[in-house]
Amino acid sequence: MIPAAFEYHRPKDMAGVLAVLVEHGDEARVLAGGHSLIPMMKLRMADVPHLIDLQDVDGLSGITVDGGRIRIGAMTTQSDIIGHAALAEAAPIMREASLQIADPQVRYMGTVGGNVANGDPGNDMPGLMQCLDATFILVGPDGEREVQARDFYEAAYMTDREDDEVLVAVAFDAPSGGYAYEKQKRKIGDYATAAAAVLLVKDGDTCSSASIAMTNLSDTPVWSEAAGDALVGTSVDAAAIDAAVAAMLGDIDPTQDNRGPIEFKRHAAAMILRRAIARAWDRA
Amino acid sequence: MAKKMHIQMTVNGEEQEFLAEPRELLIHTLRERLNITGPHIGCETSHCGACTVTINGKSVKSCTMFVAQANGAEVTTIEGLGSPDSLHVLQEAFKEHHGLQCGFCTPGMITRASKLLEEIPNPTEEEVRFGMAGNICRCTGYQNIVKSILAAAAEMSAAKEAAE
Repeated sequence: MIPAAFEYHRPKDMAGVLAVLVEHGDEARVLAGGHSLIPMMKLRMADVPHLIDLQDVDGLSGITVDGGRIRIGAMTTQSDIIGHAALAEAAPIMREASLQIADPQVRYMGTVGGNVANGDPGNDMPGLMQCLDATFILVGPDGEREVQARDFYEAAYMTDREDDEVLVAVAFDAPSGGYAYEKQKRKIGDYATAAAAVLLVKDGDTCSSASIAMTNLSDTPVWSEAAGDALVGTSVDAAAIDAAVAAMLGDIDPTQDNRGPIEFKRHAAAMILRRAIARAWDRA
Repeated sequence: MAKKMHIQMTVNGEEQEFLAEPRELLIHTLRERLNITGPHIGCETSHCGACTVTINGKSVKSCTMFVAQANGAEVTTIEGLGSPDSLHVLQEAFKEHHGLQCGFCTPGMITRASKLLEEIPNPTEEEVRFGMAGNICRCTGYQNIVKSILAAAAEMSAAKEAAE
């Protein structure tokens, strides 16, 4: 319950944030909503001698829907996402997923940037961002760079972000067609036993484009290119869905924990993907 | 020990100023420093919501915020919602509909419910259950908490209509 002592920084701009990061290296961490970091600090699993609160840094929150391109500032909260009418219209899968994350209090504080940068495979947004083929925008001492969500995750809590970089926004094209974020969990606020993000485009009776990503079924989110490919060109009939599920099962690598043994997680993953495909196709 | 910070915040309408270590959790500030002991601590993993208060218009679990983050904030706790002589509609409804037993989750429940009814003045039962999902109760089985909140919503709507 009691975190270790730290020096607290509350800069007004990114230059101030970067100055602390550069000076203190991996002894410094940014604080966004605080709803993964503070719990880890209370358990003394995270040791953060220098905490940099981003709340006063201008330009880090907000959602813009500009034509077909969506940009969400890193400090935008889950509750902001749920309440944003233009986003709900342009990318309704975002709202659907956010409503399955945590609980109301956590959603008022927890941010999209924290969710995707955390690196915990339990987080829901990383798989969703891979499904959407989102771009992450990072700022460091040498300026800005972009990384695809599909290339960002290396292992549990290991990402492509450098110690002196801050993830400042996510951006993606508004998806067309049908969507679904399906999550199997033990109760409200739990990380997924298995979850699937699915986007499907329908052309006549045929699936012309498919993207499938899975949550908490490996030490990173899993974008299963093969699962999507198994649906493209089909009418998403039973055989195609079987093929997509088989392809997805080839790409995941779950571990046993108190959500269940590996075989159960594979069963849950298959079930949840079937549901997500059915719902996305229905909406396509 | 880290340097103490000068902190200023408004709690239940009163200005507070003090020196505190940045790592002090807001729930401890409220309970131990300001003697506002309605908000409780039921866990150390941010699940139970017994510490829920309203900060700058958001329902927040005050065990998951450092006092440093709340510097400059406006905080409302159960003590700021009503008084024994003049209960808040929700406090009256929890009493009337037996929405509490041991009372440990109640301050967080009612503070969260007050924000929920601001956002959704006439919620369905499902919206109440979902909107209260960040608050755990060991005693009631939730049924009477839902009744209390729905009753308070009806009363607040009726009062609003009467005023118009």
